[in-house]
Amino acid sequence: MDPILQTEKLCHTYSSGTPFQHDALVDVDFAAYPGEYLGIIGRTGSGKSTLIQHLNGLLKPTSGRVLLNGQDIWSDKAFTRSARFQVGLVFQFPEYQLFAETVYKDIAFGPKNMGLDEGEIDRRVRRAAGFVGLDEALLDKSPFELSGGQKRRAAIAGVIAMEPRVLVLDEPTAGLDPSGSEEILSNIRAYQQEQQATIILVSHSMEEVAQNVDRLVVICDGRLRYSGTPREVFSHGPELEAMGLGVPQMTRVFHRLRGLGLPVDSSVYTVEQARDAVLAALAGKEGR
Amino acid sequence: MSAMLETQNLTFSYTTEEGAAPIVLDGLDLQIEAGSFVAVLGHNGSGKSTLAKHMNAILLPTGGAVYVDGMDTADEARLLDIRRTVGMVFQNPDNQIVANVVEEDVAFAPENMGLPPEEIRERVDLALKLVGMTAFAQHAPHLLSGGQKQRVAIAGVIAIRPRCLVLDEATAMLDPVGRRDVMATIKDLNQRVGVTVVLITHHMDEAAQAGRVVVMSEGKIAADGPPRQIFQQVDLLRSLGLAVPEPVALMWELRRAGLDVPLDVLSDEECVQALEKLLTRGG
Repeated sequence: MDPILQTEKLCHTYSSGTPFQHDALVDVDFAAYPGEYLGIIGRTGSGKSTLIQHLNGLLKPTSGRVLLNGQDIWSDKAFTRSARFQVGLVFQFPEYQLFAETVYKDIAFGPKNMGLDEGEIDRRVRRAAGFVGLDEALLDKSPFELSGGQKRRAAIAGVIAMEPRVLVLDEPTAGLDPSGSEEILSNIRAYQQEQQATIILVSHSMEEVAQNVDRLVVICDGRLRYSGTPREVFSHGPELEAMGLGVPQMTRVFHRLRGLGLPVDSSVYTVEQARDAVLAALAGKEGR
Repeated sequence: MSAMLETQNLTFSYTTEEGAAPIVLDGLDLQIEAGSFVAVLGHNGSGKSTLAKHMNAILLPTGGAVYVDGMDTADEARLLDIRRTVGMVFQNPDNQIVANVVEEDVAFAPENMGLPPEEIRERVDLALKLVGMTAFAQHAPHLLSGGQKQRVAIAGVIAIRPRCLVLDEATAMLDPVGRRDVMATIKDLNQRVGVTVVLITHHMDEAAQAGRVVVMSEGKIAADGPPRQIFQQVDLLRSLGLAVPEPVALMWELRRAGLDVPLDVLSDEECVQALEKLLTRGG
């Protein structure tokens, strides 16, 4: 399968020619495939945010290319504009960007910019609100009357309303309580499945990434270090630790059990897998 | 021991145009001992941040009273003393950083306190060292990453040398190592310097490191005790929209599968020991 979104030898240098010159991305070859749920992990300052801002043309590469469906997004003006609608970007703490008088108008802002007709805008606003679990009654309220979690969902709906083929979210659950986080993650999952969309989730929580993504890429010092299933990537425990990332807590615990010579599967990364691994080890012991 | 922070029947509702405002804090009685390390948990909207803002008189009670080291926060004459006693660190460092150079930002409060230049220098250097940002002293804050900025914001508060530090989800934007560094800094300030710490967080593993956990719900205290005791109440925490640390969640699952395992397992170490015991038992 061809990637829907791809970078080739992507480099980005900030403050070029000043004492603060900094290579944020170095020769990054990154690919996201249609319909996949991809995680990006990396320390703060590793270049993750710089990378995702290239994916819909908010930043222009210092060198290298960004391809959407095989076409360079900077190849012509109309295509750059279209890339911004096809690749939706939800920033960290997106609720700070709510600005309109009502939640409805805020969510409608993107579709309106796309030049859609009123009927289509209305359909999309309601659909997007549905995806994120915002009650219809809230649409006429001012965004500032909403709770923190509702504001976050309204902001995500504003991006979903453009019905992007690729939805990129930078730490969408930061600052939410566990049940609020769980809800947003299941909203995102629903969008992926119903729209066959590609999801790119940037997260600091190894546990969150472990539970949600199909594939994982690791960025460190502006370079792409690992790419693979969570199981493959988390097998590089010591290297991830050295990068300031670590592995999920369950992986850490089971690596240590394995180190003690116990016959457990040490590639677990969620609580459910850990439970099953313990039960399997106990069954194996009885069988002997 | 005396209370660093005390609330007596603390009630608070935000004033709205319509008048009828929902009650955010509902008759809260809480005492936080000097030198203690207390984590406050609660779902979004449970009133934790509103409580935090009462701890250095950013908000004043609509009913009841709040005392900081014995000073009534409603007493305007003591406002400066209260703010120097309790330092606040918020979730988003962008709202807390004022200067164009990191070390100038950290120096902002000590300068305002009218300290001599040598002392300002010393406080700034130490604060940056404590948060691991010495190498960035001459950098521009807006070019730092979110986590680096938060450490600068914490340094700016530490430079005031407050006796109590209130952190309102201050690690929400940090990566695992950034969080670990900040937690280590906070624990160090608590244990070695004796700074009272109130940590408002959604991260259960952080709360597990505190000496005491206060769980809030609907503006009231739903549970209060040492982490070991609080985190065994899996059903209660889940019904309040909270989670438990993963080792506890695993033990809970194993118990449901009929195994005899302890629930008060908070750290990696304790989890490894409990599982080792289980897997070698009678073997």
